[in-house]
Amino acid sequence: MNIYSVAYKNLLRKKTRAALTAGGIALSAWVLATLLGFNRGYENGLNRDIDNMGFQVLLTAKGCPYEAATLMLKGGTGLRYMPESVVKTVYLNPEVEKVTPMLMQGVFDPNKGENGAIAAYLGVDALTFPAMKGYLEFKQGGWFKDNNAYEAVMGFEAAELEQREVGDKLLIPGVDKELAVTGILKRSGTQDDGTIFLPIGAVQKIFGKQGKLTGLGIKVRKDADMAAFENKLYDLPDVQVVSMAQVKTTIMNLVNSARVIVLGIAVIAVIIAMAGVINTILMSVMERYAEIGILKSMGAMPLDIFKMIWAETAMLCSVGGAGGIFLSFLTARVSESAVRYFLPYAPNGALIALDWRICLFAFLLIVVGGLLSGVYPAWRAARVRPLEAIRIEGEQ
Amino acid sequence: MMPTMSAKDLSKIYRRGSEEVRALDGVSFEARSGEMAAVIGPSGSGKTTLLNIIGCLDNPTAGTLSVGGEEIFGGRKELSEKELTFIRRRIFGYVFQKFYLIPTLTVRENIMLPSAFYKSSAGAKSPDDVMKLLGIDKRAGHLPGELSGGEMQRVAIARALINSPKVILADEPTGSLDSRRTGEIKEILRELATQGMTVVMVTHNLELAKAADRVIELRDGKVV
Repeated sequence: MNIYSVAYKNLLRKKTRAALTAGGIALSAWVLATLLGFNRGYENGLNRDIDNMGFQVLLTAKGCPYEAATLMLKGGTGLRYMPESVVKTVYLNPEVEKVTPMLMQGVFDPNKGENGAIAAYLGVDALTFPAMKGYLEFKQGGWFKDNNAYEAVMGFEAAELEQREVGDKLLIPGVDKELAVTGILKRSGTQDDGTIFLPIGAVQKIFGKQGKLTGLGIKVRKDADMAAFENKLYDLPDVQVVSMAQVKTTIMNLVNSARVIVLGIAVIAVIIAMAGVINTILMSVMERYAEIGILKSMGAMPLDIFKMIWAETAMLCSVGGAGGIFLSFLTARVSESAVRYFLPYAPNGALIALDWRICLFAFLLIVVGGLLSGVYPAWRAARVRPLEAIRIEGEQ
Repeated sequence: MMPTMSAKDLSKIYRRGSEEVRALDGVSFEARSGEMAAVIGPSGSGKTTLLNIIGCLDNPTAGTLSVGGEEIFGGRKELSEKELTFIRRRIFGYVFQKFYLIPTLTVRENIMLPSAFYKSSAGAKSPDDVMKLLGIDKRAGHLPGELSGGEMQRVAIARALINSPKVILADEPTGSLDSRRTGEIKEILRELATQGMTVVMVTHNLELAKAADRVIELRDGKVV
């Protein structure tokens, strides 16, 4: 028999009240852990997406930088063009290790979805693009060998959606050109899964865009001075330079603004839960006023009573905190779907990355917050004078 | 026999605004080991104030109190809350009219409750022995809600006994019980006194008072 077992049994007196308070704490722990997991997951995902692009700088025709960022990450189709000669100009820079030209085209496909949708085709160089995207593996077949062949390589999801296999034909609507599918990629967890790759020369020919590009991916040498190199690129006429660092900063700035608001909500949720803890424990102390006085008359010191009440608070917060973190694991996929629905851009992979550090941090924050909330009720209980308690007993 | 408890000229004066209330006025008495003393008197006569002072829950304004030859109050400064608590731990066991058992603790756990806060210097009794003495050993695993009023008071007495006190102080110990249970509790208190403890009880119950070896009747804060 010790103070902590007495505290535990005290919590069992009003089970519903204790459960509701622990539930409130669990909800705030769930919000906190999920948001911290989202912070981590989003940043990891963004870094992963950017690393998987295979290049650190993208040149596009001058235009809106956000459009350019979208072009890089999602395959937008509101397109401007730059001359193909820019490939040679850029490649002559000593900082450049590799370049790969790209031409993206989109056509309206009336058979896509219920009401039709834009079908996007990314024209890539058969030699340089596969070298930059070393992580891409084939489920079937392989890359096209000729930049002018009417062939296609389909991302995993694109192939599933179109129900195509190697050797099948793929019709580009509107231009009525048939392509032979030469390869189906394995799932990569990137935007490439939904992309249909064509030889760049074929895309230029089919869509009448000879000598034009929508993008140029640049892989920079490891020892290169990125800032100096980017400054050089800014001098090129009619092109826009988008570095991965810029893209990441731009997106993270947007996400950070939302994150501050959402974390503010999480803090409010924690504060409300802690107010609930104060209310519950204080109410419990007031109900047991006489009994606490009797315990003191039996020899309990103020510190003993403080410890007992504080232990009740700690147990309530620990159970609620642990429950909330468990809940955040259980609902991570559902939360992720909801976040994806509301965000204009969400990177691939797990958006809510919960690990032991996040769980421990959320748990400790809840428990420490709870313990701070429990100080006042515990102090009030410790100050109960046995004589007053006995007097109250006599009056009742 | 050496008196266990000796009170001389105990006074307690409260201030109520500008008014001075003399709750105890020069109360003196003795109670020996093995003796059962009853404090009786009408409401407001100072019974509970006397019990609070001799039970070290409050300091007297004047007078002396010694227990087992040890002077507790007497001419010195007021004792602090901490000092009073240490004395209570060593000397007293308390029994209250409303039992104050914790409803989620079993009989055994309620009896052992004081040991959750401190270890008695006199040595704690075995809860099994105490339960057997009070005839509640078969109820060890029950919760207070499953007991009768008489059984609950036995548990409260057992809780008071667990740390081997020299003095049992009981405030209206039969106030919530019917006459049959009152008789049972009377016998138990008598048995405790026979075992060498001093039992001091405040009561309105004349039957219980008649069973006492010594009756201290108070009126307006004075012994009559």
